Amino acid sequence: MKNKIYIYRAFERFWHWTQAFLIFILMLTGFEIHGTFKFFGFQNAVSYHKTAAYAFIVLIVFAIFWHLTTGEWRQYLPTTEHIRAQMNYYIFGIFRNEPHPTKKTVLTKLNPLQKLVYLGLKVLVIPIMVLSGLMYMFYRYPQQNKIETLNLESLEPVALLHTIGAFMLVAFVIAHVYLITTGSTVTSNLKAMIIGYEDVEQDGEESAEETKLNQQTK
Amino acid sequence: MKKIFFIVIVIALVIISSIILLESNQTEPSNLDILKKTMSKKDSASADHSKFAVLQKKFDSPQQVTEACLSCHTERHKEVMRSSHWNWSREQYIEGRGIVNLGKKNAINNFCIGVEGNEKSCGKCHVGFGVSDSVNDNTNAKNIDCMVCHDNTETYAKANEMGGYPDNKLDLSEIARHVGKSKRSNCGVCHFFGGGGNNVKHGDLDKAMFESARDIDVHMDVSGPDLQCAACHVTKKHKMLGRVYSLSSNNQDRSTCEQCHTASPHNETILNEHTVKVACQTCHIPVYAKANSTKMEWDWSTAGKLKDGEPYEEDDSLGNHTYLSIKGTFKWDRNVKPDYIWFNGTAEHYLLGDSIKDTTKPVEINKLNGSYSDRASKIIPVKIHNALQPFDQGTGMLIQPKLFSDNYGEGAFWKDFNWKTAAAEGMKDVNLPFSGKLSFIKTIMYWPVNHMVSTKEKSLQCVDCHTRNNSRLAGLKDFYMPARDYNPIIETGGTAVIILTLLGTAAHGILRIKFSGKRKKQNEK
Repeated sequence: MKNKIYIYRAFERFWHWTQAFLIFILMLTGFEIHGTFKFFGFQNAVSYHKTAAYAFIVLIVFAIFWHLTTGEWRQYLPTTEHIRAQMNYYIFGIFRNEPHPTKKTVLTKLNPLQKLVYLGLKVLVIPIMVLSGLMYMFYRYPQQNKIETLNLESLEPVALLHTIGAFMLVAFVIAHVYLITTGSTVTSNLKAMIIGYEDVEQDGEESAEETKLNQQTK
Repeated sequence: MKKIFFIVIVIALVIISSIILLESNQTEPSNLDILKKTMSKKDSASADHSKFAVLQKKFDSPQQVTEACLSCHTERHKEVMRSSHWNWSREQYIEGRGIVNLGKKNAINNFCIGVEGNEKSCGKCHVGFGVSDSVNDNTNAKNIDCMVCHDNTETYAKANEMGGYPDNKLDLSEIARHVGKSKRSNCGVCHFFGGGGNNVKHGDLDKAMFESARDIDVHMDVSGPDLQCAACHVTKKHKMLGRVYSLSSNNQDRSTCEQCHTASPHNETILNEHTVKVACQTCHIPVYAKANSTKMEWDWSTAGKLKDGEPYEEDDSLGNHTYLSIKGTFKWDRNVKPDYIWFNGTAEHYLLGDSIKDTTKPVEINKLNGSYSDRASKIIPVKIHNALQPFDQGTGMLIQPKLFSDNYGEGAFWKDFNWKTAAAEGMKDVNLPFSGKLSFIKTIMYWPVNHMVSTKEKSLQCVDCHTRNNSRLAGLKDFYMPARDYNPIIETGGTAVIILTLLGTAAHGILRIKFSGKRKKQNEK
């Protein structure tokens, strides 16, 4: 039995796609600033990178507010339950057309592996990028006879940290874009993130709570 | 109805006041606009010297002119006689040496090497008369040459090898009646020709700047600001701002761009932040020697070759000497990209009599101090001049040879072409020993590039430095610069992670397609 559930609410979708766009811009301009290639021109790249970075920070503030007030932050609490089953699914089950070992519901949108990866992103990679990015922007070289904020003797550690994070994010984006094709159909996850609704396999009654939630969100 | 009326009025007021505010912001003049305005005002002289009775007579000697000057300007000679233009030396503090009287008298350069023993020739650029090896009367105010700096007729010229005396065909009376503030023509006659020819030494001071075009220097552009040297080299009591680090050691009394432009002249904050570590000249003087060639290398070791017993010269297609029997072999260059170094305004110098410890490395005649970690240092553009010059293997000293003399047989190299006697005579003049073991050693000099400022359109762009390949700052490796620098381990590791992720997802995807195909076939069966 298939059931259409409203899984990604409007703000969540807005947040996701804005974040996707900003990360794409930040990647493109960031690697130009890094010297990997030339595209916008260095001066433009720096200015776009800065603008996108500020927009990203504003978005993060709203997202944190949203996660806290809606309680959605609980989605990212890590669990060891089914983690082996989920790994086995990606390594073996998926090729045998086995069903997903964990069900997607409004209350548990993320499978145990996703929980781990997204938590890592949210508490490690993104904060590192934001903090090192702010230090990159606001460092001041120590000046003679002057007190400046954020005196850093060298930009190097900040820049290297920011570069490591950037490589990790690129790898994440590649894996992420691939993994969204592993839903019940190739496009079902993508569709859900665009329209909010997803066909979810239901092999039983909806819990009373879920029904209530679904009705509320509709 | 009243309410609507009220709202309309409020809205109108808001619109009008915001327009006024925006307008007033737009018309607020920038620092550059103010500078352009003030600098375009040409001041007129407060006195016309041609009307002065004391200048109406016929002057037979240049000293008589000086006496006439001093009859009104009664105290000025004291200022001049305290100046480095007169003394050719100045008290300097040098790290490790203490207070030193540093100047042309005890410093060496890697062009014509030094003044000592050659005063009669070098005196062409002294602000006095009667400079020679034996007589050096620098206590007599009558020997001050006022005209060389204050002639406004542009006809005054000192004669060659006459110890600073002017050409005797000059109409000194006419010149004396037309004196005024120093112009580019006054400073240029010496400073554009340092090292024995136009633009030889500095590379950024060229006779083309007598009548500078905008392409050569934006500030001196005769159809633009037309600034005279003293506009920046502000002069009080015959003491001017500006230091040339072939002869200066201290970070004081420098003439800077910031005097007028402030330390944050750009509209973009990020550019203003660069000024903490990057000197204005670095971006705004992308090339020097824009009009005529400057000397880049001077090999003294080949000097002295004669054709049929006579000295000779060889020139390149631009008319630059590539070989002179009296001086050796030269290399020239035009439109040169500067080298870049850290500089904090202090320098060390090789002084006459210093013994060179390490003869395997080139000798830095004027070592400019600075580094990334030094808070006072900025990146500056320099011309680096290389030379091979005479050196005493026995004492480890650079040799001050006797080059110039009126007569043959006095040991002067330019007459007798004998290095050993020239070295012996020259070192005797400065009371230093000469062991007789003469060889040649590599020496380098740094010449900070400060003139020939380009238009903003031609200034360096971000990518001239911020780039992996051919960065202008490729030689400065003691700091991290975005786009130029990366950590090879992070770069390889990061690229590997990305490639592995790509391969992994691709392999996974291919397997999925393959297996689903198989399943379809099985289902069909």
